[in-house]
Amino acid sequence: MRLEDKLFLDKYRVDSESHLKIKNPEACLKCKEKQCTLVCPVGVYKWDSDEKKIIVGWENCIEMGACMVACNEFDNIDMIYPRGGYGISYKYG
Amino acid sequence: MSDKFDVIIVGAGPAGSAAALTLARAGLSVVVFERGAFPGAKNMFGGVLYTPILNKLIPKFWEEAPIERHIVKRRFSLLSSKSEAAFEFRCEDYNEKPPFNQSFSALRARFDPWFSKKAEEAGAMVIPETVVDDLIVKNGRVCGVKARREGGEVLADVVIAADGVNSFLAKKAGLRKDFSRAVLAVAAKEVISLPREVIEDRFSLEGQEGMAMEFFGDSVAGMVGGGFIYTNQETLSVGIACSIKSFIDKKVAPNDLLDRFKAHPSIKRLIKKGETLEYSGHMIPEGGFERVPQVYTDGLLLVGDAAHLVNASFYHEGTNLAMASGLYAAEAIIEAKEKDDFSAQTLKRYQKKLNNSFVMKDLKKYRAVEKWSHENLKFFEEYPGIALEMLKDYFSISEVPKETIQKEAYRKVRTHISPIQAFLELNKFRKTFF
Repeated sequence: MRLEDKLFLDKYRVDSESHLKIKNPEACLKCKEKQCTLVCPVGVYKWDSDEKKIIVGWENCIEMGACMVACNEFDNIDMIYPRGGYGISYKYG
Repeated sequence: MSDKFDVIIVGAGPAGSAAALTLARAGLSVVVFERGAFPGAKNMFGGVLYTPILNKLIPKFWEEAPIERHIVKRRFSLLSSKSEAAFEFRCEDYNEKPPFNQSFSALRARFDPWFSKKAEEAGAMVIPETVVDDLIVKNGRVCGVKARREGGEVLADVVIAADGVNSFLAKKAGLRKDFSRAVLAVAAKEVISLPREVIEDRFSLEGQEGMAMEFFGDSVAGMVGGGFIYTNQETLSVGIACSIKSFIDKKVAPNDLLDRFKAHPSIKRLIKKGETLEYSGHMIPEGGFERVPQVYTDGLLLVGDAAHLVNASFYHEGTNLAMASGLYAAEAIIEAKEKDDFSAQTLKRYQKKLNNSFVMKDLKKYRAVEKWSHENLKFFEEYPGIALEMLKDYFSISEVPKETIQKEAYRKVRTHISPIQAFLELNKFRKTFF
């Protein structure tokens, strides 16, 4: 089962604006390991090698915060919680 | 909404609701802000709810609480790519009458709303769909919160931060300790549907009996953590949890690790023909005793995950500690209310209650677990394979005399580890975990 199919099972109320922000895209160029692309269970962060930047798929975010911990060398991810009632909404949990 | 409450609680998880229930019963005015569409909407856990505190707060909770199965069997197993060695414990005393062994499998999006409702019925005001972004601080004292809504500045004598592992409020109050990759784990889980009879046959259970299974070694590719299966009524909770550091060191993503776990021959047969209903993830504060911050300041208390209260030994206890902390925080506030003094000096009573309870005593007992885990990677990476290889040799049947087989098996083990080293390392393991 692909990750996309798993995420299709989950219930989200997607807001119109991202609650995740890369503070300084320049810093990602200096980051070798791109740990944010590794630790997220839903793969929010992807490295775009053509554009040379991190693409943030915030619509799939499950709001756990591991990305901020993974990026603690550069402290380059800004996360706030989505607006009340928006974002992931578990049915089982 | 009234201008000022006795207490504002941020987060309607087990810690927040336990506090709200206790405070409302004592007649204090309480408002609970929950950012999810409903309490529990943002919450997930592995799957076992320990209930001594719940039973104290709501006697006979099992008659109405949305819980799944009572745990009568626990199983710990060690996997290599092809072998499995397991220890299983089942006891009929755990099966006699409620609350059994105070351990129930549960699903949080079902349990948390019920528990929050109990607080509401006792008189707490629960307001969902409301994010709290900041604290209101006056003269160095927390005296309210800023909610992200119109007229969102709400005042109170005390604020309880029950806002989970990320606790932005604890951070803003300067109470959060080191938040490094080694002390935080990431869990990913699938809720997998199977007919009730299949679950009961496959796991050898009857009626409402349930089972908790944990898997180490190759279950998580030798990473610091483990895999789990918990039986619910008509679903299984199947997942993995490992430290953020190990995901980074091994360059494995949580979902890939979960898929790998599900594909292991020992796991595959247990979830066969199951249909995944939901995929979820969460961060777990596993740093233990050393990482618990000061849990009080003027006008503010930290409870549950926000206070880093998780026992990450073999017990994997979080929600029970959360409820205990919510209860003790509420008791300290009730005493403070009587004195009409909400200074750190008075609220310190909460820290004392916590320290004198099983919560901090247990965390203290297992204080070395996190450090041990990251300093003894061989126990996750190498030793499970060696132990299982030895067992395989031992049990393999051939024409070779047993004595020769066994000597050869021990000789192979000794190429990896000397008897003295094995003794010393196992002794350290015993001291850390038992």
